[in-house]
Amino acid sequence: MDRGERTAYVTIVRKEVVRIFRIWSQTLLPSVITTSLYLLVFGKLIGSRLPLEQKVNYLQFISPGLILMAVITNSYGNTSASFFGAKFSRSIEELLVSPMSSHTLILGYLTGGVLRGVFVATLVSLVTYFIGGNLELRHPFWALVILLEVSLFFALLGFLNGLLAKDFDDINFIPTFFLTPLTYLGGIFYSMDMLPPWWQLLSHFNPVYYMISSFRYALIEAGEDTIMLTFIFLPLLLTLLYFASYYLVQKSSALRH
Amino acid sequence: MSSWALEVRNLRKVYENGREALKGINLTIPIGDFFGLLGPNGAGKSTLISILVSLTRKTEGKVRIFGVDIDEDFPLARKKIGIVPQEFNFNIFEKVLQIVANQAGYYGLSYRQAKERAEYVLQELQLYEKRHEQARVLSGGMKRRLMIARALVHDPAFLILDEPTAGVDLELRRQLWHYLEKLNAQGKTILLTTHYLEEAESLCRHIAIIRDGEVVACKDKKSLLAMLDTTTLVLELERPLKRQISLPGVSVNQIDAETIELTFPSRVPMSKIMKLLERKQISFCSVKNKTNRLEELFLMLTQKEESHG
Ligand SMILES: Nc1ncnc2c1ncn2[C@@H]1O[C@H](COP(=O)(O)OP(=O)(O)OP(=O)(O)O)[C@@H](O)[C@H]1O
Ligand SMILES: [Mg+2]
Repeated sequence: MDRGERTAYVTIVRKEVVRIFRIWSQTLLPSVITTSLYLLVFGKLIGSRLPLEQKVNYLQFISPGLILMAVITNSYGNTSASFFGAKFSRSIEELLVSPMSSHTLILGYLTGGVLRGVFVATLVSLVTYFIGGNLELRHPFWALVILLEVSLFFALLGFLNGLLAKDFDDINFIPTFFLTPLTYLGGIFYSMDMLPPWWQLLSHFNPVYYMISSFRYALIEAGEDTIMLTFIFLPLLLTLLYFASYYLVQKSSALRH
Repeated sequence: MSSWALEVRNLRKVYENGREALKGINLTIPIGDFFGLLGPNGAGKSTLISILVSLTRKTEGKVRIFGVDIDEDFPLARKKIGIVPQEFNFNIFEKVLQIVANQAGYYGLSYRQAKERAEYVLQELQLYEKRHEQARVLSGGMKRRLMIARALVHDPAFLILDEPTAGVDLELRRQLWHYLEKLNAQGKTILLTTHYLEEAESLCRHIAIIRDGEVVACKDKKSLLAMLDTTTLVLELERPLKRQISLPGVSVNQIDAETIELTFPSRVPMSKIMKLLERKQISFCSVKNKTNRLEELFLMLTQKEESHG
């Protein structure tokens, strides 16, 4: 990256971070509130009555999934809303008329999405620590890698969504009808062996299941170790999605008629 | 080094819906020029401009900016241009200084340089006091100036303004004209579209008129005006006329008792008209050119030949 491109990249990232903090009640607060509610209602009230064969308590069991759920929602929501917003207000033209390359533009927005994921993950981890008491971190490096990968993956999906969206409904559709169901069915609240066999089988087609499983393993060494899977499939998917985004930014009429 | 700020050859644009907005345009703008692009609504002015700044993809043709072919090095070409678009295109929730400084950052200016430059251009455009306000609280005229400041922040050699004075009050418009003239005097090439013909007449050295995606005239201002071969003067008389008058070679139109309009071929010297009036003992207290002459020409060139249609 030459110096001009680097400066342009830093400028986009700074603008995104300023945006996140300017509208913090929409970007940072909601996940803190929902996570607290999940922890209190499911973790403390209901969870204490669930028989769990794991060596961990239920609160510990659901925490990794809750953190990852916050990352998914926020990384996706940041790129989709911010990028679509820039298209809608036409302020995206500020970037398009400048000499920056499409790579710089995409990477700038992705970094914004990942940073929001990381900010929220930090806040939510603090919440789980204060409500749940003990948050373990068995494999910090793996946990961080998975967190960043998942965050980048959903930032990319959000970017594509924002890029192709024609109105605000289009950026709500995917989160409501795909992301939320996949996340809830991704095993945040239950362990696979509690499910009937057909449901277990179905879960293996849910990418979010692997993400949550791996992340949980990295944090508390409970559940399936699917880290190898995550390390092969996610990087592949990330590469694929990145080049799809690049191609669309360069060639499609989504940004330039 | 090319001596043209802009060279456009056979430029065509067909939008996805099949609309042919530019039908093979040729245009050159010398470095340092103040160039006016006129044309009725939908003529293709904004389409042309957005191709120059890469917001729209051309269908066919060549574009060179300061000798740089946009097909070969568009980023380099873009660096040379500052664009003030027709419609507001900034995030109204961002702060004024932020908008301008970010734009500098996109052009590669470091954070410190960007901030300094942004403050400087905001001062130039009298927006410095507003720098910490969100853009949404600015008035329409201020928003225009914000876009001009943003376009100038990386000190481009070529400034393109798409109707910069639309919705700007008279006084501010004059101020902007002076400012643009100053920039031009400093060596910046300026391309301006406008619907105010007096604006083009008083500012521009060269003028192109486009209609339906085609250039119908492209000349320096003087020869363009020479295409108009009649002049109309409006006279306010000192004394009311008692009877119809006639002057040889001049058509006289009596508006009321104390106002007459004289229309005559432009090549007739003004002194001859004055002599004619003297001979008829007509004295007047004021004389002015009736229409904006460019306006007349504009209408002549842009009206379709309906009668032949
Ligand atoms: N994105 C688009 N898709 C399809 N057609 C378009 C698009 N943008 C412009 N046009 C059409 O192209 C033609 C030229 O439009 P353009 O905006 O360039 O005109 P203009 O000369 O700038 O007009 P105005 O003075 O009203 O700003 C018009 O017929 C317009 O409807
Ligand atoms: Mg226009």
